[in-house]
Amino acid sequence: MFEIMEGLKSAFWLVVTFDAELWEISLRSLRVTLTALLVASAIAIPLGTFLAVQRFRYRRTIISFINALMGLPPVVVGLLVYILLSRSGPFGVLNLLFTPTAMIIAQVIIITPVIASIAHQSMRELWAEYHDLLISLNTTKGQRILTLIKDGRRNLLTAMLAGFGRAIGEVGAIMIVGGNIDHVTRVLTTAIALETGKGDFALALGLGFVLIGIAFVVNIAIHTLSQTEREGRW
Amino acid sequence: MTDMFPLTLEQVIVRRQRKLVLGPVDLTLDQSGLTIILGPNGSGKTTLLRVMHGIERINAGTISWAVDDPAKHAFVFQSPIVLRRTVSENLAYPLRLLKTPPQNVRAAVHHWVERIGLGGVRNSPATRLSGGERQKLAIARALIRKPEVLFLDEPCANLDGHATREIEALLQETAANGTRLVMATHDLGQARRLARDIVFVLHGKVHESGPAETAFSNPKTSEFAGFLRGDIVT
Ligand SMILES: Nc1ncnc2c1ncn2[C@@H]1O[C@H](COP(=O)(O)OP(=O)(O)OP(=O)(O)O)[C@@H](O)[C@H]1O
Ligand SMILES: [Mg+2]
Repeated sequence: MFEIMEGLKSAFWLVVTFDAELWEISLRSLRVTLTALLVASAIAIPLGTFLAVQRFRYRRTIISFINALMGLPPVVVGLLVYILLSRSGPFGVLNLLFTPTAMIIAQVIIITPVIASIAHQSMRELWAEYHDLLISLNTTKGQRILTLIKDGRRNLLTAMLAGFGRAIGEVGAIMIVGGNIDHVTRVLTTAIALETGKGDFALALGLGFVLIGIAFVVNIAIHTLSQTEREGRW
Repeated sequence: MTDMFPLTLEQVIVRRQRKLVLGPVDLTLDQSGLTIILGPNGSGKTTLLRVMHGIERINAGTISWAVDDPAKHAFVFQSPIVLRRTVSENLAYPLRLLKTPPQNVRAAVHHWVERIGLGGVRNSPATRLSGGERQKLAIARALIRKPEVLFLDEPCANLDGHATREIEALLQETAANGTRLVMATHDLGQARRLARDIVFVLHGKVHESGPAETAFSNPKTSEFAGFLRGDIVT
């Protein structure tokens, strides 16, 4: 118990004094996750919207497949990415294993289905609302998709938030493909796992505080944004 | 200006879920005039309008315009569809789709927002407008492309006397400026005030069509005579 109290106290100091190591790890976490979020969103949002406005033969199948991918265990994603990127794997020549890029790839695979699925859900509702008007105005497929993305941006932001939350807290996959290398691929979650294992509760807790803080700030930001949207101050 | 007419429907049939919703309908609409489609709830007015506008799939028959140009028709739906944008942006939307130069868009939006008396709320979200205001917005948004033919599906349902008068005045002005109007209503008073031609539908079939004057004073079918007397036609 004493150890934990001590840990809490020094964790607090690490945070308020902007400890260099803590700072570095936090920034890397943010950079990796935000990059993954951007890439995943660039794929998932148009995909989810396209699936909402376009009827074609295998649409249902693709939607079920995306929903199934949401349940993919991150550790398994990590394993697959590891195999693909390892020296003997098909992409071995790229030398990406144990780099932040490998972690980004794993995170993109994990969160793209999450964002696509939520985006599809809300874009479908908006499409039901807009359908007749957009058909009547003789819009092209591209115009329909752009209109829905623009007018449904609040819902899309929520989808992105879900993706961000999933990625920033993910540990299994990025531990495998990143290797938790100090100053290279160590991020908040992997560092917490490591420090906890070593018994350094102070650093582990400090990292934990930062992780919670980031999630909290992002949630507040999105909430505020959606609030102003709802009140119609766009 | 109008070389799209006549519009001819021949043996048009619409079936939905094995139910005959419309037809067979044979109907010709000429160049000039203001046609009112009358009929009780569920008689097929909406379906007939949508068929003419080309946004409802038909199961048999043909629809032909002298010259068809989808950019020259507009449709105002039974429950007005409002984009999740400002009043001004709602009006600008159809023009932006056509890549109209910004200064022309601005001028047209200015004209219409004043014409429908919504200048004071031009930058407010259109989703906050009242039912009557939404309806006026939908009509102005349909007219902003200067269509040659405007289809309206019960534009005054659920509106009070004042709002109805405003909309009727706008429609009469539009017709006087040479836009062909085709409008569904089940309000006989409105039909008497506006109609030049009447199409009476019941159970998906056209029971009476022709000049309003003769149709009202000398109905050819017992169904329309009953409808005029205020009988509950079934
Ligand atoms: N997709 C559909 N599936 C099944 N039935 C349909 C479909 N579309 C229309 N109908 C039926 O066709 C009939 C005509 O509908 P329509 O909307 O054209 O009537 P309406 O004259 O516009 O009625 P209202 O005055 O209530 O607006 C109704 O009985 C309706 O239930
Ligand atoms: Mg109707």
